[in-house]
Amino acid sequence: MDASKQVRDFIITNFLYGDGANLKDDTSLLDSGTIDSTGVLELIMFLEETFKLKIDPEDITPENLDSVQKIVRFLSHKPAVAVSAA
Amino acid sequence: MSHARFHPDLLRLDCSAEAARIEEMLKRVVLRQFRKRGLVVGLSGGIDSSVVATIATRALGRERVFGLLMPERDSADETLTLSRTVAEHLGIDHALEDISLILDAAGCYKRRDDAIKRLIPDYSPGDKCKLVLPPLTEQESYRLFKIVVQHKDGRTAQAALDLKSYLTVVAASNFKQRTRKMLEYYYADSMNFAVAGTPNLLEYDQGFFVKLGDGAADVKPIAHLYKTQVYQLAEFLQVPEVIRQRPPTTDTYSLPQSQEEFYFSLPYGKMDMVLYGKNHGYSAADIAPHVGLSEKQVQVVFRDIESKRHAAAYLHSPPVLVETSA
Repeated sequence: MDASKQVRDFIITNFLYGDGANLKDDTSLLDSGTIDSTGVLELIMFLEETFKLKIDPEDITPENLDSVQKIVRFLSHKPAVAVSAA
Repeated sequence: MSHARFHPDLLRLDCSAEAARIEEMLKRVVLRQFRKRGLVVGLSGGIDSSVVATIATRALGRERVFGLLMPERDSADETLTLSRTVAEHLGIDHALEDISLILDAAGCYKRRDDAIKRLIPDYSPGDKCKLVLPPLTEQESYRLFKIVVQHKDGRTAQAALDLKSYLTVVAASNFKQRTRKMLEYYYADSMNFAVAGTPNLLEYDQGFFVKLGDGAADVKPIAHLYKTQVYQLAEFLQVPEVIRQRPPTTDTYSLPQSQEEFYFSLPYGKMDMVLYGKNHGYSAADIAPHVGLSEKQVQVVFRDIESKRHAAAYLHSPPVLVETSA
């Protein structure tokens, strides 16, 4: 399963409760109210466990995490992670 | 929206009228609606509980107000003294219940400390700690908690909280508010009294309370007042000046922690103005000059307010029942 689908599925399952109709790859998770601060911590835990990486505090920014597209781009720049973007 | 120009004076309160209104509510609800003999007020030595106790005493008479002083191991040194000052100033009966042993038995301190040790391995019981948020900036950012520790030898350390640690530290700390409320209801039940809650509007609206902890109560006499207005009322009611001068604090962690370090984006005076402005349809541009922020920063605070309101909905929610089919 490619990274984009894994990330989308996680967000839809955990924050949108199966209703992903309005979640586009560039939908801002902050602006849309999809994820709050506790949700960001859940997202980080998911990314670290799923993609076997460590996210440094300075990487926890909307620039890196605020949409499916941005998350996949961020993952592709992390070392030793093979990411296949949609 | 057509309305008066935005100005801090919009928060000015007619204290005499407002006090009368709250007193009428307390008499009507506590005595007639609930048929209780009086009101229990947890006294933290802070402005909110002091105002509630004072206004309750005016409404119901001092024999119908009971103060509970409930310090614990992490309470600030002045908390007990200030709580007692309020009770003695009002001439109300009161009791001291140090809740440290209850919290110890429930594992409050140990669960919190174990969570912190996962992040700061040389943290040990007796070290002091607090949670802090980063300051507000213009950039949209995630405001994620850090734990700040001061070791017994004065060294400090800090670490970003991961999900498990954050949830555990908060859950463990929530024992404090829930234990206090448990004792308030013990005294209330034993005296046939009702229990007062003491949140102000900022706290009530923004979910700055613990569900079934300080969020539980039978009446909340100042939950409709901005904190700025609570201070105005405190001056009108002649709450002792030492209480009125005390900076707002969470008094939850062993290191002094302001409410804006822990929860709000801004000091309460500015937070009140932004919240008032948002509630009354003013724009970020209207509000910004009066709070010393850029328009963009006010917009960030607007978004923070909405986000906290969303989370607060769960805290306010009573149990949800299944509709009967009949």
